[in-house]
Amino acid sequence: MSPLLSVQNITKYYGSHIGCKDVSFDLYPGEVMGIVGESGSGKSTLLNCMAGHLDPDAGEVLFDTRTDGPRDTITMSEPERRMLSRTDWAFVHQHARDGLRMGVSAGGNVGERLMAVGARNYGDIRTKATDWLERVEIDADRVDDRPITFSGGMQQRLQIARNLVTGPRLVFMDEPTGGLDVSVQARLLDLLRGLVRDMGLSAIIVTHDLAVVRLLADRLMVMKDGHVVEAGLTDQVLDDPQHAYSQLLVSSVLQV
Amino acid sequence: MTQTSDYNFAYLDEQTKRMIRRAILKGLAIPGYQVPFASREMPMPYGWGTGGVQVSAAVLRPEDTFKVIDQGADDTTNAVSIRTFFERTAGIETTTTTGDATVIQTRHRIPEEPLSEGQILVYQVPIPEPLRFLEPRESETRKMHSLEEYGLMHVKLYEDISRHGHIATSYAYPVKVEGRYVMDPSPIPKFDNPKLGDMAAIQLFGAGREQRIYALPPYTNAVSLDFEDHPFEASKADHPCGLCGAEDSYLDEVIIDDDGTRMYVCSDTDYCEGRRAAGFVGAMAQAGDGEILTTQRELEITA
Repeated sequence: MSPLLSVQNITKYYGSHIGCKDVSFDLYPGEVMGIVGESGSGKSTLLNCMAGHLDPDAGEVLFDTRTDGPRDTITMSEPERRMLSRTDWAFVHQHARDGLRMGVSAGGNVGERLMAVGARNYGDIRTKATDWLERVEIDADRVDDRPITFSGGMQQRLQIARNLVTGPRLVFMDEPTGGLDVSVQARLLDLLRGLVRDMGLSAIIVTHDLAVVRLLADRLMVMKDGHVVEAGLTDQVLDDPQHAYSQLLVSSVLQV
Repeated sequence: MTQTSDYNFAYLDEQTKRMIRRAILKGLAIPGYQVPFASREMPMPYGWGTGGVQVSAAVLRPEDTFKVIDQGADDTTNAVSIRTFFERTAGIETTTTTGDATVIQTRHRIPEEPLSEGQILVYQVPIPEPLRFLEPRESETRKMHSLEEYGLMHVKLYEDISRHGHIATSYAYPVKVEGRYVMDPSPIPKFDNPKLGDMAAIQLFGAGREQRIYALPPYTNAVSLDFEDHPFEASKADHPCGLCGAEDSYLDEVIIDDDGTRMYVCSDTDYCEGRRAAGFVGAMAQAGDGEILTTQRELEITA
């Protein structure tokens, strides 16, 4: 099996300061990769470089496109990259309001990606939007409400629906559970786990919450100061951390 | 009124007119594309047609006949003052008759009478960017235009239908030009949208405050955006004109007394007057008292 996403030596500097350096890994279809590390360890920089939001200083991000096979998304033209990010990619922001249009109804938010790829039948768009709202456990009769009237957890679920409606193959998630209380987090994780398994999605999840990666991720990378210090199967890394920093990270989790 | 010698022909200096003409030519070469230009301060406030006036000044020749309409009317403040402005600064002929004019500056209407080759229609545009209220970043909207990412425009129409059950956008209705650029046709009623496409006259759009010029060359295709199951519909008030009885023209609703009695009259005054002169009489006008009603209507509109 060929990897869906192959990241080679991604390096990003902010001036003389290292954002992330020489990060390489392969992500296979259906696999969920977790990236953990403390604030400032370069995990968001890495994610943004992979998703095309930032221009890395060196390295390649090879994505297995549907039509042309593996392509370097960094050197690919901007229209192609933006087309990818509307169709095969999805990006879930930490703050739902970064990823939603707050002035547009929930249905419009979900339908935007459909309309962006050429859907022009109102009835179809609306049916799909309602269907997706139900899949993320939002009442269908809220379809015309603006996300501003939704709770934080609902906004996050709406953002997920909006991203998944075009059936992407790769989802980037930046702290998807950040800022939510624990019971809402648990339900969101449950939902995400279900969606990832049902749709056979590949995902890259950036988080500092080890519980999130324990539940969702198959594999784990631990980052510190812009470098990957440890990588492996999630349970292996969490249960038997080898690097001093991973040990510190695992032992820092509060036990209730 | 005679031309004063204190100004260059049509107020603007020749270099400025040259710069504006370049923008117009570029706009004509790329129909629907918003060309930035160095908009000048004009002796009138923004929102009063500074963009249209600059475009008119750049295209006017001494032998031109000029007409100005404001919401279809030749006799409202905006129309009268811009007409006087060019009478004074260019000394050109002006008219209120659509067919006689070679350059027509318009605010928010397309004349009812079909325009012909050789005529130029200049629109005053307040906000040239059709995506503006959906995407506030100029850098982003430019990118969306250049990459033809117009899904967002349909989000607006989707919102309309979900909220009102039909596409409630009734003016400044977006059109796609020659299958490429999505364009704001300025706040004309969507009733006028079908006239935009395949028009024999040149259409120029000037936005003074926003510093943009765009254009539709003659016989350019312009399609109003819609959904398959909610097709575009050019709508107007479902009445005949009270003065001339026209059933095919865009109507203004005028309240004529304190009890809320309404009359509907053609918004295009030249069209209405032409029909009345030809003997058509509407339900609220008797033959002969058209004068009185016209005066009353002027009072209503200017009040």
